[in-house]
Amino acid sequence: MTFSQRHFLGIEGLSRDELLFVLHTAESFREISEREVKKVPTLRGKTIINLFYESSTRTRSSFEIAAKRLSADAINISASTSSVNKGETLLDTARNLCAMRPAALVIRHPASGAPHLLARLDQCPVINAGDGAHEHPTQALLDVMTIREHLGDVAGKSIAIVGDILHSRVARSNILALTTLGAQVRLIGPPTLLPLECSRWGVERHTNLRAGLAGVDAIMMLRLQRERQMRNFFPSLDEYARGFCLTVEALKEAKPNVIILHPGPMNRGVEIDSRVADGPYSVILEQVTNGVAVRMAVLYLLTTQERLATQEQSVTNGQAVGQERTDRQTQPGAWAERPQPGQEKGPSRQPEPFLLPERAVGQ
Amino acid sequence: MRMVVQNGTVIDPANRLEADRDLLIEEGVIRELGRPGSFAAVEAQRIDASGCVVAPGLIDMHVHLREPGYEYKETVLTGTQAAVAGGFTALACMANTSPVNDNGAVTRFIVEQARAAGLARVFPIGALSKGLHGEELAAIGEMVEAGAVAISDDGRPVMDANLMRRALEYCSMFDVPISVHEEDLHLSAGGSMNEGPTSVRLGIRGVPSVAEEVMVARDIALARLTRGRVHIAHVSTRRAVALVRQAKAEGLAVTAEVAPHHFTLTEAAVEGYDTHAKMSPPLRLADDVTAMKEGLRDGSIDAIATDHAPHHRDEKEVEFDQAAHGVTGLETALPLTLKLVRDGVFCLSEAVRKLSVNPARILGLPYGTLAVGRPADLTLFDTRATWRVDPLASRSRSQNTPFAGWELTGKVRLTMVEGRIVYADCEQEGKPA
Ligand SMILES: [Zn+2]
Repeated sequence: MTFSQRHFLGIEGLSRDELLFVLHTAESFREISEREVKKVPTLRGKTIINLFYESSTRTRSSFEIAAKRLSADAINISASTSSVNKGETLLDTARNLCAMRPAALVIRHPASGAPHLLARLDQCPVINAGDGAHEHPTQALLDVMTIREHLGDVAGKSIAIVGDILHSRVARSNILALTTLGAQVRLIGPPTLLPLECSRWGVERHTNLRAGLAGVDAIMMLRLQRERQMRNFFPSLDEYARGFCLTVEALKEAKPNVIILHPGPMNRGVEIDSRVADGPYSVILEQVTNGVAVRMAVLYLLTTQERLATQEQSVTNGQAVGQERTDRQTQPGAWAERPQPGQEKGPSRQPEPFLLPERAVGQ
Repeated sequence: MRMVVQNGTVIDPANRLEADRDLLIEEGVIRELGRPGSFAAVEAQRIDASGCVVAPGLIDMHVHLREPGYEYKETVLTGTQAAVAGGFTALACMANTSPVNDNGAVTRFIVEQARAAGLARVFPIGALSKGLHGEELAAIGEMVEAGAVAISDDGRPVMDANLMRRALEYCSMFDVPISVHEEDLHLSAGGSMNEGPTSVRLGIRGVPSVAEEVMVARDIALARLTRGRVHIAHVSTRRAVALVRQAKAEGLAVTAEVAPHHFTLTEAAVEGYDTHAKMSPPLRLADDVTAMKEGLRDGSIDAIATDHAPHHRDEKEVEFDQAAHGVTGLETALPLTLKLVRDGVFCLSEAVRKLSVNPARILGLPYGTLAVGRPADLTLFDTRATWRVDPLASRSRSQNTPFAGWELTGKVRLTMVEGRIVYADCEQEGKPA
């Protein structure tokens, strides 16, 4: 099996086999982080740009470390320090960055769909590191990876996602990943944060924490954004906690060997009680470790299959692609990219030396 | 402790019973219903209900008890005294007290006051928004835990549709209805009576029917969106009833109540600038009164609720546009409803349904039924006895009734809550059982 996606924008659209392939790749990368010298030369000479329009120490540093462990050069650009604040459009920023020939562009943006806009530029692989309330696919993969380590195959397992489903990209990506892999997903939260439309996703919808937790194998707590109170999604943090804080008592409803995930940073005493967060069920730190492996896998898969895409492109060049460009150029103000001289990739580069176990690449 | 209520006609719509039956009550619970004389051999305190209807205790789902904060208008004690005299064994009281009932502490206080009064059961209705300001959700979960049975900003319409949406979603978690006072404040601004021929002639700024109707339409749309439970309080216009009828036909969780003054009086009562005919929503036109009756008849209107709103005479003996909104209603609701029975609007059993069964169902209370095993909450009334309304004789602390001097037919003889007699008509006292 090969991973044929040009970009990594979301879990949506990925097949079960593709998800498992990325997970297997990540699982094999995990070992690298256990080595004394945590570095392989796989992406040597390549540049990964992390373009972050939202502050996120955790995700950004995870991508940065992932890139570095693959020997890539990682550049971090955050909205507060760049030309972003000087009125430059997202596309202009991206065009400039792409002109520096990165191997991949990792983007975190508060607007849902921002990575898709960059993907349409199609100048380098785009990796979604969280877009608005839409998706956060690498988070879902690291969550699934962590669950698999503890529970094995997720198919048939009951997994609860608790909290602000409405605004959560983590929830969306996880719902897609878990249901695609055959898990039974239960969404739990106050009805204001749990859209009725959820029922269409093939999940159960619960507004009672204890009822929702009954017999679950894993619990995924979402971070509650305190400012939601201002918009009347619930009366107070106190009342939210009264109904939805994961306490030792509520946890008794779940299976005895249940595991608890949280994307961090936690609001202790709001969505999760400290005794639970620090207790034996919590796998929050493993999630962080697995996050690096997942991001290594995604960077690896996208940047090394790039040559395949280039080859395909050369076949279709002047046909469909060329036609499309012509159409766009006839529209004044269209955002279409201009063909840039020298953009075409050079003749096939030699594959990097793989340092992967057989199963990851051999499927 | 045993009691037998004998020789009465039992009307128990929840169990489709309308027949002469004696009731055996033990430890405050209905133990058995039997044909007249069934319990002749039982040693018990006997209550003679001859000539009376024995109905499940009446439930008023919309009253203002004014405590805490406005004890000069009414207290939980005086309000429940008026209630049991009017045949009501349970009340749901609105949150516009001072402090506002927008948190568990105030809810518990009201429950505690009612327990101390020991008359009618009192179920607080929690505020929808903090301080009734219509901006932030009140501590709804906390109030429900403390005993609130519904949520409402009554008196203040919720103008922010998004807040109403969130409240409907949030309340669905507790399965409590939101009672809505439907009035678009922009349309009603400055109005003191119905906008119509009389207001124009009297020179009083009017509140158009449409101020109610646009809000009813909005909240029905929100009920559709959220699948939340909307209860339209004191419906007053023909088109508002039509909107409710349509919503019910669509299967939405929409219920409605009407106040006796809205099915009895028209805006003509305002004539002479009578502030006792000033309330919100205002008295409307004859067409609207007809529509209220039609709505009661066809089930579009589920409940009769008084909107008992006591005010001090100093708040009523002022210029019309300065006067407080609202009228008392606990002691006149039953005879005014019985008038609809005599006028052929509906049968007696339907009247009991609107005054007891349906309010209990809407609020999720285990009352409104004479089923064996249920608490003995009963109202005994004589449908033929007449009496004259004397505001000064009212048990309420306030006298602001628009029915002063009216001769009404239908009189409460005895009210019982959980097997305890909480009201007995003085005329009946000493009458041998
Ligand atoms: Zn009202």
